[in-house]
Amino acid sequence: MIQAFAFYLFAAIVIASGVLTIGARNPVHSVLWLILAFFNAAGLFLILGAEFIAMLLVIVYVGAVAVLFLFVVMMLDVDFAELRAGVARYWPFATLLALVLLAEIVFALAAWNAGTIVAPKASPTMQDVSNIELLGRALYTRYVYIFEAAGLVLLVAMIGAIVLTHRQRSDVRPQRVSDQVRRRPEDAVVNMHPGVGQGVEL
Amino acid sequence: MIGLGHYLTVGAILFVLGVFGIFINRKNVIVILMAIELILLSVNINLVAFSAFLGDMVGQVFAMFVLTVAAGEAAIGLAILVIYFRGRGTIAVDDINQMKG
Repeated sequence: MIQAFAFYLFAAIVIASGVLTIGARNPVHSVLWLILAFFNAAGLFLILGAEFIAMLLVIVYVGAVAVLFLFVVMMLDVDFAELRAGVARYWPFATLLALVLLAEIVFALAAWNAGTIVAPKASPTMQDVSNIELLGRALYTRYVYIFEAAGLVLLVAMIGAIVLTHRQRSDVRPQRVSDQVRRRPEDAVVNMHPGVGQGVEL
Repeated sequence: MIGLGHYLTVGAILFVLGVFGIFINRKNVIVILMAIELILLSVNINLVAFSAFLGDMVGQVFAMFVLTVAAGEAAIGLAILVIYFRGRGTIAVDDINQMKG
């Protein structure tokens, strides 16, 4: 009973905030609705018993990706009203396309209900083992190469993002570390023995 | 009682919403990227729902990989967006084919 109530609550908020994400006039509001959608999807995952994925969704999506979106939206000085102008022109086509896609998905669901595919389980769940331990067992044994590849994907994304956004500016005088390290005492310090009453010529 | 079909329905609605969002906000790349995130979220809901109802952990493992790819995609996409804005002063995608390498 409480499970059904929680499911309908989370599902309704996910869908409503999804609608508002794509429909909000201000992209900052879009990002905030997206964060709400992620939180409620994490709630759905919790009901399903996938605790680790739920926490990952909150940490990775809300903590990193959504904040990245927020940074970019606020940093770019864009006239969003001008970008909204095309919406009135595109929405009949978009609605048609969405309805076609929805009909296809409904057909696919019906076909899936008609027959079942029985396949052996690759890593079955167990009642007395926690979700995170099962996930770790699957991830570090059978899928360890894919796991490493996922790490490589993240590395490439990180390097790519840095390379893309890094720029050499010509109008500033940055610190030149190599020059500072290369400087020796004999370049910078001079010992002098001035006579009495004579100054030092610099 | 809540069954697999309920979760698949939520996933399907979110997926269609994401596609709809891409087409309705055709000029605004930021909202297009957010719609792609919605699509990936719906895929994750499907994967985790099947994983839970079939009693197989593989769905959750792959949901994690989808999450990884989505994070990388968001980072690269926003980086491209920032340099595109720096060069042109707008983010309208109508003439984004002029980027050409």
